[in-house]
Amino acid sequence: MTYVARTTEIAARMVGGEMMIMSARDSTLFSLNEVAATIWKAADGVTPLRDIIENVVCAEYDVTLDRALPEAEKLVTDLAEHGILIVSAEPIPHPATSRDAV
Amino acid sequence: MSLMQEMGARALKLGIPLSVQIDVTYRCNERCIHCYLDHEDHGEMTTAEIKDALNQLADAGVFFVVFSGGEVFMRRDFFEILEHARSLLFDVKVKTNAFMIGEREADRLRELGIGSVQVSVYSHKPEVHDEITKLPNSLNRTVAGIRLLRERGVRVVIANVLMRQNLNDYAGVKAIAQELGAEYTIDPTITPMMDGDRGIISLGLRREDLGDVFRNSELVGNVEEFCTPPPPVDGEVLDELPCSAGHTAAYISPYADVFPCVQFPLPSGNLRKQKFIDIWKYSPQLNEVRTITARDLPVCSTCSHVGSCTRCPGLAYMEGNMRGPSQLDCEKSFARTGIKTANMALRKSNNAAPDLVQIQFLPSTAELAAASRA
Repeated sequence: MTYVARTTEIAARMVGGEMMIMSARDSTLFSLNEVAATIWKAADGVTPLRDIIENVVCAEYDVTLDRALPEAEKLVTDLAEHGILIVSAEPIPHPATSRDAV
Repeated sequence: MSLMQEMGARALKLGIPLSVQIDVTYRCNERCIHCYLDHEDHGEMTTAEIKDALNQLADAGVFFVVFSGGEVFMRRDFFEILEHARSLLFDVKVKTNAFMIGEREADRLRELGIGSVQVSVYSHKPEVHDEITKLPNSLNRTVAGIRLLRERGVRVVIANVLMRQNLNDYAGVKAIAQELGAEYTIDPTITPMMDGDRGIISLGLRREDLGDVFRNSELVGNVEEFCTPPPPVDGEVLDELPCSAGHTAAYISPYADVFPCVQFPLPSGNLRKQKFIDIWKYSPQLNEVRTITARDLPVCSTCSHVGSCTRCPGLAYMEGNMRGPSQLDCEKSFARTGIKTANMALRKSNNAAPDLVQIQFLPSTAELAAASRA
């Protein structure tokens, strides 16, 4: 099972309908599209990625779990490499941001 | 176009205030000879007021918040303010003299994921730096604070304000930055006091010194490129906006006054009376600032430097007219290129210097200050 959590080391805001995220580690700026932003927002450290995709992404967008999950796994790996998400095989006990600030 | 530029362009198009500087206090432990502030407390925002302001800024779409002062660590609640700002996911930068940064403060700044800390260093010589700050041992304490931050991997930018007192010390300051792994930037601008008094302008570099600075590759990089004569003026240049002040940027004083920029003291509203978003959208002052393109500048639109000048509308405002030239920037354009500006030619023919405006605080602030004193 894969769990994902937002890190503390980022700045983020919706700017004109796009989620802009900056890594505090290296000031790299990222732009997430709507689906990626939905996954990022739902990354609370305790909900398995599979559940996020099935219950949030597949429920909101016209996509099947079989197609969306591999793409989501690649996305979270990429974001983890830039310090934007934490990816773990275990639940992440202290998810970073508790409020819906963006 | 980089992603950052794209974000800026989108914010400009949609009227989003991408960047806001908040001065949390004007109090300071230093008394820098070139400082433009009144260091008395005339009724600073409370912790709750600043947190509320931050909530409003997040709702308005602000991405970058700069906390400055005065000295930010004069506020005992500064870390509480920082924690709140980071919980709202702002990119946070802090300007401080680092005098009060010890192990605990450096640890906390690292833990909070502060984007960068900007620290002013005036000289590598204690006798010069401390004579400017008027605080004994300030250079040693400032460098110690920077060292603690760098040891923890916090990004530090050393800002070297150049004036007559420290003109020859930039190489020493740059060496300190290199030794500490900090970035280095120069600023040759001395701005008038907030009350309009321009006595401190005399501390600024002379024209010939400015020319030397701008022809020093250690300070400006490629001198030929930096000092290149201005390109021919075309219609596109005249349609350009002067800067981000009031367009995607704003400034909030410790007394909750909102201005287009820290260097543009045009009172535009007060958070104790109005919501930030209402000031941002409907302030007549901000909306007037937004109407001004280079084409609307009576003198500067006729100047060959109009496309390359660093003209600051705030400095122009302090010199008497937000649509007028900024003499300080005219001097920079001339020092860079050796080509006189339209304003210089006009001033020579008129042989008259403009008076500075007296900056008027909003009535609400004056009332609150009086109430606070009572």
